[in-house]
Amino acid sequence: MSGHATYQPQSGFMKWMERRLPIAGLVYSSFVAYPTPRNLNYWWTFGGILSVMLVIQIITGITLAMHYTPHVDLAFKSVESIMRDVNYGWLLRYVHANGASMFFAAAYIHMFRGMYYGSYKDPREVLWILGVILLLLMIATGFMGYVLPWGQMSFWAATVITNLFSAIPVVGESVVSWLWGGYSVGNPTLQRFYSLHYLLPFVIAGVVVLHVWALHVVGQNNPTGIDPKTDKDTVPFTPYATIKDSFFLALFFIVFSFFIFYMPNFMGHADNYIPANPAVTPSHIVPEWYYLPFYAILRAIPNKLLGVGALGASIVILAFLPWLDTSRVRSARYRPYFKQLFWVFVAVCIGLGWLGGKPAEGGYVIASRLLTAYYFAHFLIILPLLGIFEKTKPLPNSISESVLPPTTAGTR
Amino acid sequence: MTFKRAIPAFVVAAGLLALAGRPGIAQEHAHETPEPPAQKWSFAGPFGKFDRGQLQRGFKVYREVCANCHSLSLVSFRNLFEKGGPEFTEAQAQTVAGEFKVKDGPNDQGEMFDRPGRLADHFPPPFPNEQAARVSNGGAYPPDLSVIAKARTYERGLARLPMDLVTQYQEQGVDYIVALLKGYEKTPADMQMAPGMMYNKYFPSHGIAMPPPISDGQVTFDDGSPATVDQYAKDVAAFLAWTAEPHLENRKQTGFVVMVFLIVLSGLLYFTKKRVWHDVHAHP
Repeated sequence: MSGHATYQPQSGFMKWMERRLPIAGLVYSSFVAYPTPRNLNYWWTFGGILSVMLVIQIITGITLAMHYTPHVDLAFKSVESIMRDVNYGWLLRYVHANGASMFFAAAYIHMFRGMYYGSYKDPREVLWILGVILLLLMIATGFMGYVLPWGQMSFWAATVITNLFSAIPVVGESVVSWLWGGYSVGNPTLQRFYSLHYLLPFVIAGVVVLHVWALHVVGQNNPTGIDPKTDKDTVPFTPYATIKDSFFLALFFIVFSFFIFYMPNFMGHADNYIPANPAVTPSHIVPEWYYLPFYAILRAIPNKLLGVGALGASIVILAFLPWLDTSRVRSARYRPYFKQLFWVFVAVCIGLGWLGGKPAEGGYVIASRLLTAYYFAHFLIILPLLGIFEKTKPLPNSISESVLPPTTAGTR
Repeated sequence: MTFKRAIPAFVVAAGLLALAGRPGIAQEHAHETPEPPAQKWSFAGPFGKFDRGQLQRGFKVYREVCANCHSLSLVSFRNLFEKGGPEFTEAQAQTVAGEFKVKDGPNDQGEMFDRPGRLADHFPPPFPNEQAARVSNGGAYPPDLSVIAKARTYERGLARLPMDLVTQYQEQGVDYIVALLKGYEKTPADMQMAPGMMYNKYFPSHGIAMPPPISDGQVTFDDGSPATVDQYAKDVAAFLAWTAEPHLENRKQTGFVVMVFLIVLSGLLYFTKKRVWHDVHAHP
C-alpha cells in the first residue's frame, strides 16, 4: 500500500525530459510517493496551509503593488482608491490584510504542534531552526507591510519599533537614522519598507524550500514521536496526505473567508483609518495581535536595552530549543509532566498576548513581568530539568501498534 | 484528556491575569466616558444592506450641515448613483455635482479657474487648506469624514470578543457617531472647559471644539421622516458607514456565495478523505 515506487516516465517526451532535467521524478518522489506516517492528526495539516497562505499573500501582494503608491502624501489615498475604485480591490486588500493574521495564526499552531510532539528533536534540529528563521522573516515582513497604508498606527508602530534600535550602546542613534533614511520616520522610511516588504516574501519562499527539503531528508515526525520502522507505518503522500490536507485547508478557508467577507477590520485597528500624522500620538500604540506577546515582553522590562534584548531573546531562544529540551522522548503523549507544562506555556503565551494589548501601567506591568519570567523559565529551567527528572511512559513498539486496537496489535 | 489536564492550568493563569488586571481598571478617570449605545443598523449582520432612503436622508444632512466644515475627499459624485449606495439617479447625482464648485486648471492662459463639478470629481473640500480650516474653526481642524466610521471605536475587551464574532458586531464607529452627535450636555460643575470647547459626554476627554452641529427641525426630509436630532444622527451615521465601506453589500453577498461553496467543498472533501483512508483503517 505504501509503495515506495520511483517515477517511471511513460511518454517518449517525459523519458527524454527525465534524462535531462528529472523534475517530474523529483515532484513524484516528494509529493506522491513520499512516505508519510499513517497516524498524523490534523495538527499536521498546517504546514500545507502555510504554503498556501504564502502563495496567496504573494499573489494578492503583487496585485496590490500595481495600485499602491509608496509616498507619504499618497499612500493612504492609494490604499483607499484600491478599496473604492479598483475592481475587487477591497477583496484583494482584505484577503491580504486578514491573510497576514491567518498566516501568523497558522504559523503559531504549527510551532506549538512542533513543541507538543517534540518535532524539533534529533534529527530535526535544522528543520526547526529553519522554521525559527521563517518566523523572524515573517515578523519583519508583516511589520513592514503594516506600515504601508500610512495610517496613524502604521506611522507610530514604525516609530516605536525602529526606535528600539536606539537602545544599542554607542551607535544606537546612528543606526536609527540610518534605518529611517533621515531624522524621523518619513518618506525614505516608507519607500525602503515597501521595497523590503516586496523582497522578503521571496526570501521566505526560498527558506521554505530549504525547510521542505530538510523535512524530506529527515521525514515527518508523528504523534507517537517514534520513527516509522516498516512500510506498514507509512502511507504514500498522495492520495492520503493530499486529501487530508485539502479537507482541512477548506475548513481553514471557511474561517479565513469569515474574516474577509464579514469581519474584515476585526483584527485591525481603527486608528489606522486615520492618515498618519507625526504631530498627534495615538493614546495607545498597539501592534497587530500576532506581535502582542513579544510586545508585552519588551514592555515588561524597565530598562530599554534589556527590554529589547529580552524581545530578541524570546524569539532567538526558540532556535536553541532542540538542546534545551533534554528529554529523549519526543511526544508529549508519553511525557505526563511536560504535557501539562506545555499547556501552561500556551496559556502564558496567550496571557502575554492579552497583556501586550493593555496599557503598560499598574498591575498589567507586574503580570507581564511574571509571565515573561515564566516564558524564559520554561525554556531555561523547566525543559532542561524535566528531561532529567521526568518518568516517561513506555513507548509503543511501532506506529502501527499505537493506532491499532490492542488485540489486533498483539496478534500481529 | 489532554484538554482536561490543561483546564486547571488555564484557570490558574486566568485567575492571575484577572487579579493583575484589577488595579489598572481602578485607575480610570473620574469622568468616565460612557459606551455609545448600540443602534439597530440595516447593514449589520451577514445579510446586511443599506437602507437607500436612510442613505439619501443622511446625504442631505451631510450636505446641508456637515459639509460646511468637513470634507469628504475620498467620495466621488458618481458614487452617489452606483449600486450598493444611496442609489440616486444619474441625473440627480449630476445635479448635485453641478452645484459644487471645483477648482481646475491651469487653462490656456495659465490660470486656475472654478467650474461646476462633474460626476468623476471627488467632493471638493470646504476650505482651501488645513490652515484656512483651522482659522475658521477656532484652531481646530474638522477631520475628513470619508472613512471616519471605521476610524473611530471604543474598547470592547476580551470578554465580549467571542460574542462579537458570533453577532458580527463591528458598528462601534457608527454607533459612536450617533452618540457623539447626541452627546452634548451642560459642562458638569466640577469640570473646566478650555475657551471655545464644548462638553460632550462621548468624546474622549469630553472637550470637543465642534459646537452642537445640528438641532431639531434644521433639515427637512422629503419622505416625511421626523426632523429630530435623533433621526439626523442615525441617518448621517448610516451615510458615513456607506462612505467608509462603499462595497459593503457586494462584500457580504459575495461572502455568502463563497461560504456556501466552501462548506459544500469541505463536505465533499471530507467524504472523499474518508473513502481514500477507508482501506488504511480497515486493512492495516
